Amino acid sequence: MTTMASELTGVLPAILIAGPMLGAAVVMIAGRVAPRWFDDALAMVVALGSLAGGCWLTGITGGGRIVEWIGDWQPRHGQSVGIVLVADRMSAGMVVIIAGLMVAVLTYSWHFLEEVDTTYHALLLCFLASMTGFALAGDLFDAFVWFEMMGVVAYALVGMRVEEPRSVHGALGFGIVNTLGASVSLVGVTFLYARTGELNLAAVGRALRAAPTDRLVTVACVFLMSGVLVKAAAVPFHFWTADAEAVAPTPVCALLSGAMVALGVFAVARWWWVVFAGVVDTASMRHALVVLGAVTAVIGGIMCFSQRHIKRLLAYSTVSHVGVFLIGVGLLNGPALAATGLYVAGHACAKAALFLGSGVLLNRFESVDEHELFGRGRALPGTGLIFAVGGLALAGLPPLGTWLGKTLLEEAASSAGATWVVPIILAASVLTGGAVLRVTARVFLGLGPRPEDAGKSRGEQPEAGPFRMLQIVSLLGPGSVLLAASVALAAVPAVRSGAATAAAAFVDTPAYVAQVLGLGSPGPAAAAAEPVWTGSGVGFGLAAAAAAVVVACLGIWAGSLPVAVRRLFRPARVVITGLHAVHEAHVGEYVGWLMVGVAALGCALVF
Amino acid sequence: MTGPRTARLLFAVGAGGIGLVFVLAVLRLPGFGQPHHPYGARAVAAAVAQHTANAVGSVTFDQRGFDTMGEEFILFAAALAALLLLRQLRSEEEAAGQRHDYGPEDVFAGVRLMGFVMLPVTLLVGGYVVVHGAISPGGGFQGGVVLATGLHLAYLAGDFRTLERLRPLPVLDVTEAMGAATYTIVGFAALASGAGFLANVLPHGRLTDLMSSGTVPLLNVAVGAEVGSAVVLILAKFLEQALTKDRRAEA
Amino acid sequence: MFAVLPYLAAGWIFLIGCYGLATSRNLVHAVVSLAVVQSSTYLLLLAVGWKRDATAPVFGDISPGAPVVDPIVQALTLTDIVVGATVSALLLALTIQVAKRHGTIDPEEIRSLEQDSGDDDGQ
Repeated sequence: MTTMASELTGVLPAILIAGPMLGAAVVMIAGRVAPRWFDDALAMVVALGSLAGGCWLTGITGGGRIVEWIGDWQPRHGQSVGIVLVADRMSAGMVVIIAGLMVAVLTYSWHFLEEVDTTYHALLLCFLASMTGFALAGDLFDAFVWFEMMGVVAYALVGMRVEEPRSVHGALGFGIVNTLGASVSLVGVTFLYARTGELNLAAVGRALRAAPTDRLVTVACVFLMSGVLVKAAAVPFHFWTADAEAVAPTPVCALLSGAMVALGVFAVARWWWVVFAGVVDTASMRHALVVLGAVTAVIGGIMCFSQRHIKRLLAYSTVSHVGVFLIGVGLLNGPALAATGLYVAGHACAKAALFLGSGVLLNRFESVDEHELFGRGRALPGTGLIFAVGGLALAGLPPLGTWLGKTLLEEAASSAGATWVVPIILAASVLTGGAVLRVTARVFLGLGPRPEDAGKSRGEQPEAGPFRMLQIVSLLGPGSVLLAASVALAAVPAVRSGAATAAAAFVDTPAYVAQVLGLGSPGPAAAAAEPVWTGSGVGFGLAAAAAAVVVACLGIWAGSLPVAVRRLFRPARVVITGLHAVHEAHVGEYVGWLMVGVAALGCALVF
Repeated sequence: MTGPRTARLLFAVGAGGIGLVFVLAVLRLPGFGQPHHPYGARAVAAAVAQHTANAVGSVTFDQRGFDTMGEEFILFAAALAALLLLRQLRSEEEAAGQRHDYGPEDVFAGVRLMGFVMLPVTLLVGGYVVVHGAISPGGGFQGGVVLATGLHLAYLAGDFRTLERLRPLPVLDVTEAMGAATYTIVGFAALASGAGFLANVLPHGRLTDLMSSGTVPLLNVAVGAEVGSAVVLILAKFLEQALTKDRRAEA
Repeated sequence: MFAVLPYLAAGWIFLIGCYGLATSRNLVHAVVSLAVVQSSTYLLLLAVGWKRDATAPVFGDISPGAPVVDPIVQALTLTDIVVGATVSALLLALTIQVAKRHGTIDPEEIRSLEQDSGDDDGQ
C-alpha cells in the first residue's frame, strides 16, 4: 500500500496537469448532450482532485522535491533529453492556491453565464491545467508552452462577454501585450539554449555556473524575466491589468488576480535561484527587483485609491501588491521568500473574495461604480461584510494571512538592511486597504456626502441570470470560506514553519540541481528557523489597519475639510492627475512602455 | 500625455535600449553554424535508439511529447475560444439562416476545375503527411493543416454548400475533442502499464518502417485529427462572420 | 560579421514588429505586427540550431551518424509557430468583435478604458 502511494506520488505532477486537460476534452464531448449540472459537477470534481493533489504534495514534499521525468527519460550522468516536472513545497503550494481558487470560482459560477456553459467549463479546466503546468515545469521551453496556454485561455475568458464593447477591447490589449511579453521571454530562452545547449532549468544553471559568465547571460536573464513580469503586472508592464480585470467576468478576475499574476512572480524566483544565482550579479539583481517592486507598489496604490470603478480599483490593488511580492522575492533571501509565499496566499484569498463580492454587486445592481452604488449596498449585508474584511485584509490587519506575510516580510527586510522598503510596503497596504474600506463605507453604509454624479449610469451587463435567494449561498459562500482560509493561514503555526521549510528548500540551488539531475543525494534539507511574529508586529498591523480606516475617511470627507487643509493635498492631486494621464492610453503606448521596461531592466543589470 | 507621438517616443527609447543590450548579447553568442549542440546530439542519438527516422518527430512526440500535449491543448483552447468569441448573439440571430450568395457562377471555370481536382489530392497528401510523421518530415500538425486547408478548396471553387457538406461541424467538434483527449489518454495508458506518463511503451519496430517508433505515429494521428478539426472549426467561425458582415452591408 | 548576422537580422525583425505594434492605427495591422515579432523568434531559434555542412535531421535517405542540424530548435520552432498562429486567430476574432461593437478598428478612436471608467475624481 505504501509503495503504491509513493508510486502515485511520483507521477502526481503529470496527473495534476493532464487530468484537467482530459477533463476539458470530456466536458466538450459529453457536454453536447449532458445537462448543465454535469459540466458543473465534472469541473468541480477535477478541481477538487487538483486541490487534494496539491495539498498532498505540499504536505509530503517537506524540504525535498518530487521529481518526475515525463516519458521515463531519466537523466544519465546528469543529462536527459526529456522534460521534468518538479514539485517542491513552494510550487505545490502554488498548485493549492490555483486549485483552491478554481474550486471557489466554480462554486460561484454555478449559476453563471448560461449562454456559454460548456465552453466556459472546458476553458476553466484548461486554465487550471496550464497554471499548474507553469508552476511545476522544470524546463524553460515547457514553461513557455504553459505560459502561452495560460495566455490563450485567459484572453478568451476575459473577452467572452462579446456583447460588451469594453470586454473585447480589454481582452485584445491584454492579448497583444502578453503575447509580446512571451516573445521577449522566448528570446531569453533561445540565448540560454545557444550558450548552454540545454533547456532543463537545472542543467542550464549547472552549465552556466561551470563556465565564466558574460553579458549574454545577463541579457538572457533580462529578457526571460521581462516576459514573466508582464504576466506579473509589474510597472511598467502592468497596463493590461486594469483593462482586462475591469471587463472580465468576475470569476475570471479572481483567477487572474489571485493566481496568474502571482505565478509571474513565482517564475522570477524559480528562475533566479535555479538558473541565475551565482551567475548574474546578485547585488544588481536585488537592487533592480526591489526598486521595481517599490515603484509598482506605490504607483499601483495611488492608481487604486483614485478609482471609482470597483473592479479597476481591485485590479490596481493587485498591481500594488505585486510590487510587495517583488520586493519580497527581490530581497533574494530565504526568510523574505517564506514571508512572500505567505503573503501571496493571503492576498489570493482576500483578492478573490473581493472580486467575487464585486460580482454580487454587478449582478444585483448592474453597476460596479462606487458613486452610483452609493448607499445601495445596505440591502446586501453579507457582501458588505466580505468587502470590509477584505479591505482590512489588504491593509494587513492581524490575524489575517496578509498580515502574517507582511509582518514577516518587514522583519526580513529590516534584517537584510533594506529598512527603506518598510514604509513602501505600508503605503501599499494603507492605500489599497483604504480604497476598499472607502468603497465599503460608501456603498454598504452610505457614509459621507452623496457623490454629485451618483445617479449616472455606466451600464454594466449582469453576468448571472435573475437574482435568486438560492444563489446567495453559491455567491457568498466561496468569499467567506476564502477569508476564513486567510485567517487560518495566520492562526495555524504549522503553516509558518512549513513556509520556512519551503523557502529554505527553494533557495537551496545545489540540492535542486543534484536532485533533478540525479547527481548523488542532495544531502539533508537545509534547516530553517521558524519565523515568529512579534508583539510589535501585531501593533504595527493594527496601526496599518487604523491608518487605512483614516485614509478611507479622508477619501470620503476630503471635500468637507477646511480649505487650508485641503490645500495640503494639492501636490497629491497633481501626481494623481499625471498618473491618470499616463494611464489613459492605447495599446501602442502599452507596447512602448513594455519596451521601455525591458530596456530599463537591461540597462540596470548590464551596466 | 498620450497619443501616437508618445507611443513613438516610448518606442524609440525602448528600441534603443533593447537594441543595445541585444547587440551586446549577440556578440557573445556562439558563431552561426558552429558544431557544438549537446542537447541536439543527445536527441539525435535518442531518436535513432527509439527507431524514429524523423528526429524532429521524435523530439516533438517522444522526448518532449509533454510540450506537444500543451501545444495541442493551446489549439484546442483556441477552437473553444473561437466558438465563444464568435458565437452568434441573440441580437444577431434574426439575420441567421441566410446563405452566402457567392456561388459557382462567380468563379472562373479554371479555378473551379482546379479546386475540385486538387481537393481529393490535397486531402490524400494531408493524410500521408500525418501518418508518415515518424519517418519523414511532417506529422500531425503539418498534415492536419493540409487536411483543413484542402477542404477549403471547395470554398475557393465557389461552392460553399459542398464545403458545408464536407465539414459537418458537430462531428468535427467531437473529433477535435477526441483528438485532444486521445493524447492525454495515451499518456495515462503508459502510466497504467507501469511506465512513466507518456512513456513510449509500444514496440519500436524497424527504423524507417511506417509502423516504427512506438507511440509516435499514434500521437501523430491524434494530433492530426485535432489540428485538422480545430483549424476547420476556427475557419468556419471566421467564414460565418464574413457572412454576417456581408448581410449587414447589403441591408 | 557573418557569424552574428542571422542573429542581428532576428533582432531587427523583432524591433520592426514592435514598431508596427507601437504605432499601429489598425488592429488587424497590429495583430500582423505581433506575428512579425513572433517570426523573429523562429529565425533566432533556427539560426541557433544551424550547423555548417549538416543536413536535415531525418534519417530516411541518410544513415544515422551523418551530420545533421539540431532537431531540438526545429521542434521548438514548430511549437512556436503553432502557438503564434493560434494567438493570431484568437486576436483576430477579438478584432472582429471590436469592429462590431465599436464600429472602428483604429485603436486611437476607441476611448481608453481608463477614461471610460470615469475615474477623474481623484480623491
